Amino acid sequence: MKDWIAFFAIFLKDIKTYYLKPPNISWGIIFPFAWAGMFFIRTGTNVTDLLSILPGVMSLSILFGTTSMLSVTITFEKKSKTFDRLLLSPIPLGLIMFAKTSGAILFGIANAFVPFLVAGFFINLSQAHLSIVIPTIILISIASTFMGLFIATSVSEVFEAQTFSNFFRFPMIFLCGLFFPISKLPLFLRPLSYIMPLTYGVDLLHGAINGFHVWPYSFDFLMLLLFCTLLFLLSLYNVKKRWVL
Amino acid sequence: MNVLEVYDLAKAYGDFEAVKGISFAVRQGEIFGLLGPNGAGKTTTINMLIGLARPTRGKILYFGKDYTHNIKKAQHLMGIVPDESNLYPELTGFENLCFCGALYGLKKAERRAKAEILLEQFGLKDAKDKKFAEYSRGMKRRLTIAAAIIHDPPILFLDEPTTGIDVASSRHIRNMLKELNKKGTTIFLTTHYIEEAERLCDRVAFIVEGKIIKIDYVEELIHPVKDRNILILTISGASDGIEQTLSTILPDFKFKRLSNNEIRIESERPIRPGHIIRILEEEGIDVIEAKRMRATLEDVFVNITGIEAQEMKKEKEKKVKEG
Repeated sequence: MKDWIAFFAIFLKDIKTYYLKPPNISWGIIFPFAWAGMFFIRTGTNVTDLLSILPGVMSLSILFGTTSMLSVTITFEKKSKTFDRLLLSPIPLGLIMFAKTSGAILFGIANAFVPFLVAGFFINLSQAHLSIVIPTIILISIASTFMGLFIATSVSEVFEAQTFSNFFRFPMIFLCGLFFPISKLPLFLRPLSYIMPLTYGVDLLHGAINGFHVWPYSFDFLMLLLFCTLLFLLSLYNVKKRWVL
Repeated sequence: MNVLEVYDLAKAYGDFEAVKGISFAVRQGEIFGLLGPNGAGKTTTINMLIGLARPTRGKILYFGKDYTHNIKKAQHLMGIVPDESNLYPELTGFENLCFCGALYGLKKAERRAKAEILLEQFGLKDAKDKKFAEYSRGMKRRLTIAAAIIHDPPILFLDEPTTGIDVASSRHIRNMLKELNKKGTTIFLTTHYIEEAERLCDRVAFIVEGKIIKIDYVEELIHPVKDRNILILTISGASDGIEQTLSTILPDFKFKRLSNNEIRIESERPIRPGHIIRILEEEGIDVIEAKRMRATLEDVFVNITGIEAQEMKKEKEKKVKEG
């Protein structure tokens, strides 16, 4: 019970301090429009093609929304020593990390639903399988947040967190099958696609929204779960090794 | 009863051994001070005791139970005040205290009530709704101490509690610590201010280069030197080596040049300032002021460690300013 009081205190503080700030809310709304706009301008397609880019826009909204904020805030808190306050409280380390990431996970989920809901005004989304879309969004959000956590726990400076985030994020845009299929990538690049969690999330969203997917849903879910677990454990290892000297 | 026992505690960073196998115990209800210069291993020691550093070897026991490999399980017993105030700048004083209470599992009504009491107790009630970032250094330190005791820990750790803050705030903090101690909180503090340790602590340990070289009650440490006579002369126009000249003339006295314009004279026998002033004047040196002093813990520290306390203080203050 005591641990959960602490959990909710950390979670609510982060929501209030970071995620409900006007710049973040506007980011969550503007970002998907910017991506969609770029795509339309570049390809010259019309609004009916929104369906084909929706999984990509949703995934990127989550990826950028979660990793940008979390990697920077945790690195900043560690640098200003406020994170030490959490490390010194009698809460299990795993729960501290989960509390610190919960706000980002929720923010990522909310970010994904912005383009989904807006798209609903322009195109018919009745064929989308919400039973697949919703858990996929949650899992992509968790995996992306944990990636942000991994980045934050691997660096010491805020600028390193930003650089390291981009090192992961930008290749993902091109390699995860967001806007063009992995089968069209050069052969030597494909293994990189397979080691990116977003690849499996995008496959699920393509399947659930457009009806086309490469792997069975169960495999995609399993891979996402695997990435979530791996990234979380790696982050915990980093904290124990780097922050409790 | 011992609140904390430490046996052969050591910490190495690569080839460098910051703490070299120290052992001590902190008794229930006492104020225990760990004194030493910069780099002596004070912060590393405290970090191992609170769970921010892993010992290379040794044992840490709280209330007789071994927590060496799982300090997290003992963290509910501790209140921790780090050398830099680490509360949240974007939260108000009240919000910070409530948040810290929640970290120790206090329910909403309880933590709010406790926060109000602590703000009052620490003279911060008027700054309750002010953001922590807007607090002065002294206020920040007071709030950090308040946050550390919101869950009524049996032992409070303070790392350099008054470094870098003004005299009034330092005095307030020392009084608060004495009050807390009277109410039963055991206090472990590290400091390089020897006079602070003398005023506050029941027992002190001197740590130098990662080793504890002396532990005892402050009174016991001062006892052998308490009858020693000390005279500090403020002078002008003294050449180098004046202390040697004086030693030759007055071999029973110990002379030490503290700075360009200060000489310290120490003796088992009573010192007659007039006699020394005359000798100095004959040497062409003006005496501006003569101050009689009593022997302090600082004298004991200098005698035992060979480290000048003033140098230690200056070095730390320089570090604080740079930081």
